[in-house]
Order: sequence, then C-alpha cells, then structure tokens
Amino acid sequence: MTAHEVSRGYEIVVGLEVHCELATNTKLFCGCANQFGSEPNTNICPVCLGLPGSLPVLNERAVEFALRVGEAFNFDVPERSVFHRKNYFYPDMPKNFQTSQYDEPICSEGTLDVDGVTIRITRAHLEEDTGKSTHVGGDGGRIHGADHSLIDYNRAGVPLLEIVSEPDIRSAEQAARYVEELRATLLAIGVSDVKMEEGSMRVDANVSVRLVGATEFGKRCEVKNMNSIRSVRRAVAYEAERQIDLITSGERIMQETRHWNEDDGRTHSMRSKEEAFDYRYFPEPDLVPVEPTAEMRSLVRSQMPELPAAKRERLIDAWAITEHDARVIVDVPGLAEYAEAAVAVLGGGTPKDIVNWLTGDFLGFLNETGTKLDDSNLRPAGLAELVGMVVGGSISRNQGKDVMADALRSGEAPVAIVAARGIAQVSDAGALSGVLEVVFAANVDALDAYRSGDDKMKKKKRGFLMGEAMKATKGDGNPQLLNQLLDQMLEAL
Amino acid sequence: MTAREIAAAVRTGARSARSVLEEHFARIDVREAELHAFNYLMREQAFGAADAIDSAVARGEDPGCLAGVPVAVKDNFCTRGVPTTCSSKILEGWTPPYDSTAVARLHAAGAVLVGKTNLDEFAMGSSTENSAFGPTRNPHDPSRVPGGSSGGSAVAVAAGFSAIAYGSDTGGSIRQPAALCGVVGVKPTYGSVSRYGLVAFASSLDQIGPFAVDVGDAALALEAVWGYDPMDSTSLDATMDSLSDSLDRGVAGLRVGIVRELTEVDGIAPEVQARVAAAAEALSAAGAKVDYVSVPSVSYGLSAYYLIAPAEASSNLARYDGVRYGRRDAGADVATMNSATRDAGFGAEVKRRIMLGTYALSAGYYDSYYGKAQKVRTLIIQDFARAYEQFDVLLTPTAPTVAFEFGSKTADPLAMYLSDVCTIPTNLAGHCAISVPYGTAEPTSGATLTSDGNPKQLPIGVQVLAPALGEATMFRVAKAIEASAP
Repeated sequence: MTAHEVSRGYEIVVGLEVHCELATNTKLFCGCANQFGSEPNTNICPVCLGLPGSLPVLNERAVEFALRVGEAFNFDVPERSVFHRKNYFYPDMPKNFQTSQYDEPICSEGTLDVDGVTIRITRAHLEEDTGKSTHVGGDGGRIHGADHSLIDYNRAGVPLLEIVSEPDIRSAEQAARYVEELRATLLAIGVSDVKMEEGSMRVDANVSVRLVGATEFGKRCEVKNMNSIRSVRRAVAYEAERQIDLITSGERIMQETRHWNEDDGRTHSMRSKEEAFDYRYFPEPDLVPVEPTAEMRSLVRSQMPELPAAKRERLIDAWAITEHDARVIVDVPGLAEYAEAAVAVLGGGTPKDIVNWLTGDFLGFLNETGTKLDDSNLRPAGLAELVGMVVGGSISRNQGKDVMADALRSGEAPVAIVAARGIAQVSDAGALSGVLEVVFAANVDALDAYRSGDDKMKKKKRGFLMGEAMKATKGDGNPQLLNQLLDQMLEAL
Repeated sequence: MTAREIAAAVRTGARSARSVLEEHFARIDVREAELHAFNYLMREQAFGAADAIDSAVARGEDPGCLAGVPVAVKDNFCTRGVPTTCSSKILEGWTPPYDSTAVARLHAAGAVLVGKTNLDEFAMGSSTENSAFGPTRNPHDPSRVPGGSSGGSAVAVAAGFSAIAYGSDTGGSIRQPAALCGVVGVKPTYGSVSRYGLVAFASSLDQIGPFAVDVGDAALALEAVWGYDPMDSTSLDATMDSLSDSLDRGVAGLRVGIVRELTEVDGIAPEVQARVAAAAEALSAAGAKVDYVSVPSVSYGLSAYYLIAPAEASSNLARYDGVRYGRRDAGADVATMNSATRDAGFGAEVKRRIMLGTYALSAGYYDSYYGKAQKVRTLIIQDFARAYEQFDVLLTPTAPTVAFEFGSKTADPLAMYLSDVCTIPTNLAGHCAISVPYGTAEPTSGATLTSDGNPKQLPIGVQVLAPALGEATMFRVAKAIEASAP
C-alpha cells in the first residue's frame, strides 16, 4: 500500500513545508513588478532594497490569494493575523530580517485529502522572498572560496506563502502525491504558477522513522533541494532508508538539514541544529495587523473555482472516464474547460471519445511543440467535428489522427481538411472484398495454418490477415465492414 | 520674523524669498562654525529654490503655505540627491535616491531647505554628543549641550539659522532639545506625520515633528507636513482639526491635570518644578480648571522604553552591513566584512543599544523583557485613558533640568537616559505633546557668567500632553501658556 509504507518494521513519518511564490502582479510590500527572468536588479525600489527610511505596505492581492488558499484547504482564517520580523544576517536579504508571520499566521488548521487520506495542514503564512546570490570564481558556484558574489534583488520582496503540513504523511509516494495534489489545487485557484524547476514552488521534507506502533516521533532530518515531484519521492524514500540503516546498525539519527543531490540520488549533511539561529521574532512595527473584511472574504468565496478533486469526481461520474484520465484532464490547466466545451457541441460519439483524443495525440502534439493550450490551432468545436467524423465512420481512426495533426499545424477546420484532401474511409464492400482476395492469395501458408489450427491458432491467423488487409488499404478501410467480410470469407474456406 | 510673517510677505511679493534666505545665511555664516547645527548646508540648492519661488510669485502663482520659509531638517530625513548620514560613519557616502514624504511635502508647500541638521547618531541620545561629526552647542551657552537627539534642529531655530525646523521624536528627541534651547517643539500623534523616508530608530515610537520660535509657527509647520500617506502603513487616515484656526480660542473651561509622578518627584530640578507650577497658575487665571492627577505607570516608562526602543533598533539597524550602501570595511568573508563594517561604522551608544535590544529579544528572554515592556506600555495607555476621562490635557516639565555641560553625563548612560523621563510616556502611548518655553533659570552648578558677572540664564520648557489626535486642544493650551510666559 503506497499510503502507509513499512520497511524492516519501521514506518516513515513525513511533514512537508512548501513555499510557493504568489502570482501577484507586484511584490508583497512595494509596487515593483513580480516577474521571473528580468534583467538583474531592474525590479527594485527603495522598499524592496530595504533602503534607510523605506517602509512596507502590504499588497492586498496577496492577502486575497491567501484567503483563496484558506478556502481551498479548509483553513481557519482568523479575524486578525500579524507580521513578524525574522532576524538573521544574509547578504541577499536587504534588511537583514525577513518580514514573515510567526504565531498568528493568516491560515491555520487546514486539510488536504490525498487519495482518500486526510493530511492535516498546520498553517499557511505570508512572507517575503529574498534576493538571489551568484558566486563567481572559486569552487563551483559556492560562496566559500568564491572571488566575489553578485546579488540580484529582483526576487527580494516577492510574496511567498509557506504551507506547513503536520507529520501525517506515511510514505514517499504519499509525500509525492500530497505535493501533486497541493500543486494542482494552487494552480486551479490561480494563486501561483507552482513551477518547481523555476523555484516558484519549493518543497522541504521533514523525514523521520519509528518502529511500527511507536507513539513518539523519531529524530527528524529536514531534506532540501528537491526540484520535482519525482525527486520528492526519491529523496524521501532514500532518506527514510538511510535512517533505518543507521538505526538498525545501532547508530543514532542527528537532527540536521540535508541536501538532496539529484545526480547521486542521496541526501548530504548541510548543517546541524546546533548551529541553529535565534531569529528573535517580534511583531513588525511598520505594518498593521491583517484584518480581512467580510466583503473581501465573501468576494473570494464567490470567485472560488471548482477544485481539482471535485472536478475529477464530477467528470468520472458524468463521462464514465478513468481516474487516470480524469487526473490528466484536470491537471493540465484549462484542459478540462476545453474538454467540456468540446463535449457541449459533440455531434457523434461520447465524452470519453473526446477525452481519449485529448489525452492521446492532442497533448502529445502540445508537449512536442511546446504549444500552450490557449494557442492551439484546434479549438474545441473542431475536435468535436473530428470525433464526430471518426465515430460516424466517414473517416477512419488513422485518418483522424492525420487530420488532427494537420489541423493543429495549419489551423484549418477538420471538415475542411477532409474535404480538401478527399479523405474518406473505404466503406465499399466490393472494393474491400477485392482487397481481401489479394491478401488471401498472397498468404496461402497462413490460410493453411488457419484451416488446420486450433481456436488459438485460428484467432492468431485471423488477426494477422486483418492486419495485412488494413495495411493494404493504408488504414483507410472501414474496420467494422472489413471484419465482417473477413469472417464471411474465412467461413467460406 | 516668524515663519507666518515670512510666508505672508513672500506670497504677496512684499519680500523676496531670496532676501529672507540671505538674512538667514548671514546668521549661519556668523555662528554656525561655533554651534555646529548642520551636518550639511544646502546653500546652492536653497538659493535656487528661493529664486524659483520668487519667479512663481512674479507669475502670479501661490507657492504654498510655507512660501520662502527657510527650513532645516534633521539629518535622518531622506533627501533625494543630498547626503543623509544620521550622524553616523556607517552611512558615509550614501545619498538617498528619494525624498521622505515630509521633505516632499515641504517642497510642495514652498519651503526652502537650508540644510541637514546634526543629531545623536541614529537619534540615540539626549545631548547630540553622540554625533560622529562632533557635538552641537547650545546658543544660550555654548559650553552646554542643546539636548538631543534633534539638537541641530533645535539650535537652527534658536539661533535664527532657519525659521522652522523638523526633527524626530522617539522618546523626547524634539521636546527635550526644544526646552533646552528655548524654542517650541512638538511630538505629534503617532501616525499623523508620515514616517516614510525617516531613517528608523524605533519604528513604533518614532514620529516627525516641528521646532518653531512660537506656538503659531509650530502649528503652521505641523499642518504643512501632516496627513495620511499611503506609503506608511501606520499613517492615520483621519481628519485633523485645524490648529491655526483654533489657536486663539482660549482655555476657559478646559481641564488641565498636573501629572504628579512626573513633576513633584526627585530628579526634577526645583527651578523646573517652579516653572510648571507658574504655568499651571497662569492657565488657572486664564479660566482653565487645574488639578493634580496621578498616572502611576508612567514611572515605569523609562524602563519599558529602554527595552522596546533598543529591540526595534537592533532589527532596524541590521541593514547597515556594508553590502549595499554606505561604508564597507574589508573582511576575509561576508560575515567578517559585516562585523568589521559595523564595528568601525557605529559609535558606542548605538552599539550599546543594539546589544541591549538583541538581548531583550533573545530566545528565553523575550517574555521577561520585550514582552513585559509591551505590557507596561499597555498599562501606560490605560492609565492615560483614565486621566483623560477627567482632564483635557496634562501638564509636566519637559526636561528635568536646564541644559547641562558637555561631558557631564556621557560617562553615565543612565543619568543621560533620565533626561527623557518626562517625555517618554507620550511616545509609548502614541499620544501628542508640545514643549513651550516658560522662563529661564540659572543652573544649579557650574553656571557660566555673563560679561556683567551674573550667571547665564538658561531656558526651561513646560510640556502639554494630550490624547491621540488631541493636537487642537493641546495647541490652544500651549498658546495660552506662551501668552503668559515671563
């Protein structure tokens, strides 16, 4: 069972800390653009540079986004939350304190259902991101031994939401699924673009192990630097096994921070808790408490979209599709809406046909060409037309694939493509009988084997002959009709 | 000439801003070398601004309520393109790329900035002796301090270098030097003047306010800069009652409470107590109902202040690390560079307060120090609220003594801190207060003799306190006190 993994008598205990950058237009405390990939130090001002005399002003949109998160994960959003200063020195942090939230976060006590298991979320709080250092020269981009360091403050002050789970996760797979579900939900409610590879979503895992049945937690290690959901799964699995190895060989676990290395597939010690900072948290005197108004709360509530889990359930019921297909449709932003638009104008066929075409060639094309869904040349109505033609038998499935590829490339309507290229499925019984006669003549051995063989052999040879016939029609033959004729001719042997 | 008279004359074209400015610079040229009120004189910019105002008047435009008024601002106000040092070596070479809101409003009101005034480093001190660029001297007796931390601004007004000046008041840094220099000084309600662009010392206590030669000018000066600013989250979005319009309404029927804990206690010099009593009598004679009131928790104000202010300062001053601006002292790695820069860049008092504040916020000590100080702060607010149920304004001395001699308190930080015992409670409560000159006295010891052999008389200030946004009433009382001043 993936939700509760036991290894050598030990169970895995995981809590996840997820930082996600909020996709607001401007930074958390100033009007600078919140934009990834700008020229270094172009989205900066006295406030996000922490110049003497500058003061923060809270971005209301970030509060609105936090309220959306509150709705999505059943958080308690209190009347009032407070910003604190987290004090420590780091060159890419302009004020040498981070404005964050401490004992009065904006969201507390939420939940997320992961494959039927409820994972409790302790809190979600707002804070500002730091700048980014680049270390030049010396030992491979690290600060120690570097000739000099360059700092880009474009990211300084970008709004972050830190979402901290309870240690309720019991397997590496469940940890990965939690992140997947969290990411899909954050994406659906439009608060973040959650790109782990660009750092707009960062995951740290607190991993410990304990004997099955134990009530106390083991010493935990915090694993950092996981850049994909796959690496969350691998890193947690590795770290748990590492700890079990240590314990079973009589050693003790040190509470420490460990760095996941994607290349060697291991975690490496970064620093132990003995070096932990005293952050000297105290309430940020330059900001007033966050007190979302009733109007803001009801506005947010009224604008909440359908959440991924609910949408999957609805589509599975309504369209009779698999859990897997529902997940694919719902996880790609906008794809469910696309599918629903196509289903709405469907002439022939079922919603499941639409879904099959979408999850197959359609997504394949978008991924291969790097096309965004919104920019795709084939619109929902075109897809419905195409499915209608295939299901109705006027073109074959293979022809349909060609037409789709053509439509995606050219932007022409499928009906127009079919008409212009004269594509049609061969449904003429006389012509198809002729094809079968030629195939029979060329495969006398197969016919002999069919005649003398048992049921299994008959089935095998029948399949072979059908394939040869399809090949001879270049895939244009109407498969139902061809099957019917083949059966007649085999019976007549 | 008062600021009111200057603005009126310049607006009507009766006087040119240039000629007003020339008069002020003439005084600066005579006495600035001795007094050292300024860290930076903006002579060239000032004459340019004065000429622009004169041209505007010539075109028939109104340059604003401070048209042509020479103004000095404390050197912890950010001024675009003009060095801002906070009297600290750590900001050496830094020039702000932006104007503080107060400075922007002064420009918009037609004021002429003459320079940036000296202060105790990062506004930490009560004598201006903690400036990295040398102390400012009291114009009434240059062997004595002008008070602090806004000593330079107090002296600029007292010596006629500028018609009005602005400072910041965290625990008395406007009112105490105003008292010691014989000028009016105002600490407005917290949030009434934007702090945007004021280099922070203790964010929850800092407030910008004016110095002026009289109460009327102080009202004009405050009205020119106050009001809501979206750049400061703690800025009050409230309607302010006009000060200038109500100044002369008198005090008949107003209830005035003399705060017992800050007046008739040890440490307040008898000549200061006598001046407060005289002011109370004058108010009573003018029709106010005067009585004593007890505000018990103010006795703990100083202790609470010296936990809260250093705690906030330890965090506010963390940004001076040599990475982005100001001074940098070389080090083998970042942490060593940070330490070397801060060691060489900060003076002793700033380091003392950073250490105090860091300690007060440390894990395990927070509750017993910072946490407890915040509770005291709440108690003070509650006690004041009770007092204001019975009284419209409160009366206390501004400073315990007249101006003291250089070096007399530098070796004993606690003695220095006691200079602010009467002013600190107002900052902790977020209320407003004003210091009004009320006569003079000779110091109890070490008096300088005048040419005719008499001891030099030094100014004394009395303080009027009012609740948050109570400025209009406070100014009326201040005006009445001024009218009866000896």
